Amino acid sequence: MSKILIRGAKVLGGEPQDVLIDGGTIAQVGSGLAAEGAEVVEAGGKVLLPGLVDLHTHLREPGREDSETVLTGTRAAASGGFTTVFAMANTFPVADTAGVVEQVWRLGKEHGYCDVQPIGAVTVGLEGRKLAELGAMHESAAGVTVFSDDGKCVHDAVIMRRALEYVKAFGGVVAQHAQEPRLTEGAEMNEGIVSAELGLGGWPAVAEESIIARDVLLADHVGSRVHICHLSTAGSVEIVRWAKSRGIAVTAEVTPHHLLLTDELVRTYNPVYKVNPPLRTERDVMALREALADGTIDIVATDHAPHPHEDKDCEWAAAAMGMVGLETALSVVQETMVDTGLLDWAGVADRMSVKPAQIGQATGHGRPVSAGEPANLTLVDTAYRGLVEPAGFASRSRNTPYEGRELPGRVTHTWLRGKATLVDGKLT
Amino acid sequence: MQRHLISAADLTRDDAVLILDTAEEMARVADRPIKKLPTLRGRTIVNLFFEDSTRTRISFEAAEKRLSADVINFTAKGSSVSKGESLKDTAQTLEAMGVDAVVIRHGASGAPYRLANSGWIDAAVVNAGDGTHQHPTQALLDAFTMRRRLIGPDAGLGQDLEGKRITLVGDVLHSRVARSNVDLLHTLGAEVTLVAPPTLLPVGIETWPCEVSYDLDSTLSKSDAVMMLRVQRERMNAAFFPTEREYSRRYGLDGDRMARMPEHAIVMHPGPMVRGMEITAEVADSDRCTVVEQVANGVSIRMAVLYLLLGGNEPAVTHPRTEEK
Ligand SMILES: [Zn+2]
Repeated sequence: MSKILIRGAKVLGGEPQDVLIDGGTIAQVGSGLAAEGAEVVEAGGKVLLPGLVDLHTHLREPGREDSETVLTGTRAAASGGFTTVFAMANTFPVADTAGVVEQVWRLGKEHGYCDVQPIGAVTVGLEGRKLAELGAMHESAAGVTVFSDDGKCVHDAVIMRRALEYVKAFGGVVAQHAQEPRLTEGAEMNEGIVSAELGLGGWPAVAEESIIARDVLLADHVGSRVHICHLSTAGSVEIVRWAKSRGIAVTAEVTPHHLLLTDELVRTYNPVYKVNPPLRTERDVMALREALADGTIDIVATDHAPHPHEDKDCEWAAAAMGMVGLETALSVVQETMVDTGLLDWAGVADRMSVKPAQIGQATGHGRPVSAGEPANLTLVDTAYRGLVEPAGFASRSRNTPYEGRELPGRVTHTWLRGKATLVDGKLT
Repeated sequence: MQRHLISAADLTRDDAVLILDTAEEMARVADRPIKKLPTLRGRTIVNLFFEDSTRTRISFEAAEKRLSADVINFTAKGSSVSKGESLKDTAQTLEAMGVDAVVIRHGASGAPYRLANSGWIDAAVVNAGDGTHQHPTQALLDAFTMRRRLIGPDAGLGQDLEGKRITLVGDVLHSRVARSNVDLLHTLGAEVTLVAPPTLLPVGIETWPCEVSYDLDSTLSKSDAVMMLRVQRERMNAAFFPTEREYSRRYGLDGDRMARMPEHAIVMHPGPMVRGMEITAEVADSDRCTVVEQVANGVSIRMAVLYLLLGGNEPAVTHPRTEEK
């Protein structure tokens, strides 16, 4: 593998430096580096970050290849600056056996646009009744470390307790989609002033908060660690903050869309805004930003949820829940966290690469940008501003809430172990 | 007037009064030997009902026929709407057929709004009830009934409901009628009180332009109209209230309670009435109960709405549209 010299890049947003990649590794970081025969990339003051890691992606393969495949999803990931994605288990068949997780892992390896770490289901068929073979999935070639019934909540307290205990044997983590099922029957959007007016079924904040409260107590009781998916309410933030202050091993994620969008947008009845957990209020958005800034929320995760056009071009009630997010995540984080002064680029690297890699044990990712480390890197033109144009997405689906919206920042280059997957905004 | 009627909240005070006044003119047509106007001759209106409601459909159909429109009834009940394609597909079929207006009833809140705003169709859209969201022509016919009874058919012309005190009782949470009525009655200057057990009131109701009470008895003596909302029996199984008996005792309207209302006050119900739990036969059959009038008024209101959306801005009866001259 040849050498690449990235010239004049602001590493984690610092002073411009040169970074020399040799093979799959960062060889040198410094000023005025020269390298014979190296391919030179003029960074021109762009920000260089460790390759982003998404702990929460839906790749849809196997089963819903009309929405996304491992190939199209990882191409979308590379476009968005990601070098690793964790693929959620709610596929068809469900990723609840060693066979399915190995299939997904192998597809990721073959395509080479980013590493794919399959997430294993906690329970058989995501049904919440019987533990899936967590150990077998861990021991498979896929080496599963994160388990989740995402899309559904592990709502039975005993099953959740057993899962938390069981994965301790191999250092796994259970990622909970916190949604009390009875409190959210018929739920279509955030329960509040807007849902009452629109006559849409309410998804109350307490349905999320009550499960998080229970699960941090369970994790404390059995001495295990729990990860909470896509926090969406101010109350959830308070519970996680309290749990951390007590030393409970809990980590939490927030999606880019919950950092930017509110339930006011649902007044359009446009299903592009239909997502689970639902868009909340301005107050919740502000609390989530603050919590991500102060570390109460550990990471940003996209919850990239591709759906074909016809599943969204319909009335609200009939529409599928979810939005794509891999290709816009960094822009939304720049808009909501960096441009607002809440987080610097080192902070973004921490929340979108270092910490998610740690939680998911993606060794080789989320490493410092320094000599000897794997060359998993992302170059961002932070001065760029432009309209989001879903027609240009690499994802097979276009269900983005940002169509026609101006967002800052653009990923121009992505390198996976020294091999470019994205060059000048174009996939290799 | 706007091009569509999706929500009672979309109507200004002047829009609403114009509709009520136009409905008075339309009501006179019902007294003629030939109950028909040529106003919408050559126009095609589709009644697109994804949810069963014979009463509402017949009311619209009568209105459309009295205005001489060509009427197509499309009942989608039983067809698969779960995939979500059917509303759009149906809309595009109707568009291809050159339909001028679509009267839509749908079980999903927001479906008429989507139909009107998604570029699927050019026709005017009239919401005939969507999920738990809105039922604007119901609110208009209720306001029309109140104005006629509390002010008078002729004295009421040009008037709103300023200062009238209206109480709505029952399942506000699931009621598109309640939402529509609160919006419209507020616009028309009435003072609205909602009465229900806390379980049947939506979160955030404190932001609505009305009073809220858990106690029916304290509101009766100061109400000009008491409107009973339908309470579905299945709500009981979902623990919205303990028993039918307890609901009936606390929130049902019986003869004793009606006697505590002012003499001029009326009892309303959007129908169909479930006698017993929410309203006793004694009340339902009394001459203070306007249920039958509401049905008749519904036709006049729907004629007025369709005329104004499709016909024009001039008074309907005295000045037919120019092309009719
Ligand atoms: Zn989820």
